[in-house]
Amino acid sequence: MTEHTTSDRSASGPTATERTAGTGTDGIPGRFGPFGGRYVPEALIPALEELDEARQKAMVDPDFLAELERLHRTYTGRPSIITEVPRFAAHAGGARIVLKREDLNHTGSHKINNVIAQALLTKRMGKTRVIAETGAGQHGVATATAAALMGLECTVYMGRVDTERQALNVARMKMLGATVVAVEHGSATLKDAINEALRDWVTNVETTHYLIGTVTGPHPFPEMVRDFHRIIGVEARAQVLELTGRLPDAVIACVGGGSNAMGIFHRFIEDEGVRLVGVEAGGEGVETGRHAARFASASPGVLHGAMSYLMQDEDGQTVESHSISAGLDYPSVGPEHSWLRDSGRAEYRYATDEKVMRAFELLCRTEGIIPALESAHALAGALEVGRELGPDGLILVNLSGRGDKDMHTAAEWFGLVDDGGEGTSDEGARPAAPRRPANGVGLVDDGGEDTSDEGARPAAPRRPANGVGLVDEGER
Amino acid sequence: MSAVTATGLGVTDVLARCKAEGRAALVGYLPVGFPTVEGSIRAMVAMVEAGVDIVEIGVPYSDPVMDGPVIQAAASTALAGGVRTDDVYRAAAAVRAAGAPPLVMSYWNLVLKRGVERFARDLAAAGGAGLITPDLIPEEAADWIAASDTHGLDRVFLIAPSSTEERLTKVTSACRGFVYAAATMGVTGTRESVDSHAPALVHRARTVSPVPVCVGIGVSSRAQAAEIASWADGVIVGTALVRCLAEHAELSDGIAALRSLTAELAAGVREGDR
Ligand SMILES: Cc1ncc(COP(=O)(O)O)c(C=O)c1O
Repeated sequence: MTEHTTSDRSASGPTATERTAGTGTDGIPGRFGPFGGRYVPEALIPALEELDEARQKAMVDPDFLAELERLHRTYTGRPSIITEVPRFAAHAGGARIVLKREDLNHTGSHKINNVIAQALLTKRMGKTRVIAETGAGQHGVATATAAALMGLECTVYMGRVDTERQALNVARMKMLGATVVAVEHGSATLKDAINEALRDWVTNVETTHYLIGTVTGPHPFPEMVRDFHRIIGVEARAQVLELTGRLPDAVIACVGGGSNAMGIFHRFIEDEGVRLVGVEAGGEGVETGRHAARFASASPGVLHGAMSYLMQDEDGQTVESHSISAGLDYPSVGPEHSWLRDSGRAEYRYATDEKVMRAFELLCRTEGIIPALESAHALAGALEVGRELGPDGLILVNLSGRGDKDMHTAAEWFGLVDDGGEGTSDEGARPAAPRRPANGVGLVDDGGEDTSDEGARPAAPRRPANGVGLVDEGER
Repeated sequence: MSAVTATGLGVTDVLARCKAEGRAALVGYLPVGFPTVEGSIRAMVAMVEAGVDIVEIGVPYSDPVMDGPVIQAAASTALAGGVRTDDVYRAAAAVRAAGAPPLVMSYWNLVLKRGVERFARDLAAAGGAGLITPDLIPEEAADWIAASDTHGLDRVFLIAPSSTEERLTKVTSACRGFVYAAATMGVTGTRESVDSHAPALVHRARTVSPVPVCVGIGVSSRAQAAEIASWADGVIVGTALVRCLAEHAELSDGIAALRSLTAELAAGVREGDR
């Protein structure tokens, strides 16, 4: 965490202010070219200034850095390993593919890196409550986890649509003691959860820190969250060098808000020979309009405090995004990605749901690793880039999370539940004999119960969740 | 440097006139397009006839982070009904014709998307008095400050109880017309009582700037209007007025309720203990 680059074009910290030149704004730090900024109600400005000061002090405070390092080592499980996946890579034109295993972190994704650090900052600022938005539920789970660990009160906002498709994570957050608020407004997905979290923050800012889960939002969030995830690329770069003796030809990550991608990209920005490839959610196809491929279709605009590429209509109203993966279902993207894209340092492509599910299944079958649907976008990208590079290619993929949370969606997609919808709608339904060996069947209706009844007591489950063998976090 | 258009008085003139009358001004908010574009324009005109001094015309937005459930729902209805940014100019022209300065309240992306200069030009041409920008701070507003100067439009930024002295100085010095003081930390909606931070905030703003201070967020009753009128230049009411329209299936009933609430509030701003 202490390592800082000085020469890359999207530097952190002190050099950030240099980039405000020519943006038409009056000395505001946190610009990435024309992107970023602080488009928020005045009421939040003091809190953003306080946060900016606190994180700048923390990042040069040996006590803070030592505490963060200790927690990452003894709690998060850092450093995360890398795994070479030759059987998967055989389907990618023979290029070598190495996965950075953020799925093995405590709570199951990269999200914990940022959350642990922001929770420590929350305590340093003397605040007692954290709020968070969540799409896939991974950030919400990570936030609920850190809140439990550090004795903070925690409320997580989640779109109603997402509470349904990520039911298991709702149950996990509740187990961890968080309040989960299902947001019904608008598209009832991630963007609406953020709106609601911002409203809470404006109201309770004195006691509450808004623990934003990705590299979006007003300054200093994009820069700060990136810095807290930068450890991914720092570790991975050294690990790949050690394994292969060289730098990868391409580093590939999925891009929702863009935190796992910024985390793995940042250390490589100055390595000019390394391609940085972000993969967005192509949903049902860009031509259908039902996607979240911002860079393939959008234009710059302001949402949730930052200027960035934004899916919007002619009047500037936000257009709803769509993706099979809740964590990528967001109409805007972190401002630094917009800058990396426009400046040409990174390239962005998209993968449709169809291709993503194929890559998802392929990794399961060839390597025994069940990826998160978000991460499966990066895998789909790797299959393409691998074929472009050929057998001499070396690709590093950020496997940002594990797929336990996605078993419901996967079971539906692959027809693993015999009676399809009945499994979720009928609480009494027993998992029928699956056509395929799908442990996920048992999870489908467990999850459904937990979300459909907010008051459900977790204490006396009719059926032990562990019985299906996949719920590893619930055991403690 | 008040913005007086050829077609009528500017915000500064109205506030000065109210002050000369020994009272606070009443600023009423309604979103264009709710329940329909025509209905909203009729309601705004009715509000002027019933005693509102300045009309704040909201532009419905898909992601209104400063608004509570009542205004969110109105915005959703308006957007579902097909309201467009263009409709705000029609509303502004109608309000101007009815005799009150129309101030548009818009989240920033809608202005950006149209183009800041073009938005300002079209608004001025329609008789608009200026713009209230709930999610724009002066540091991000260079383009808008230039365009509003070019077109003689007022610029209303917000201050909040959390604002430091430094912020108050910065924000008030960028304002023209008035500064919008958020009475409470939070989003639009009605509150039982006036937050005790509000008078202190107004006082703090006055010590750093001569710009008039209008107070909004949470104000719904005649008594609250009277209380705020004792120490502020204007009282801004939104949710309570929107609710008049939301609670009546028939537009004419909604407008009747709107007229009577407006009359109550107009009485309130004249009852301030100054
Ligand atoms: C496993 C995983 N990967 C990726 C993402 C997308 O977020 P980001 O683009 O910020 O990495 C999420 C978000 O929920 C996630 O859970």
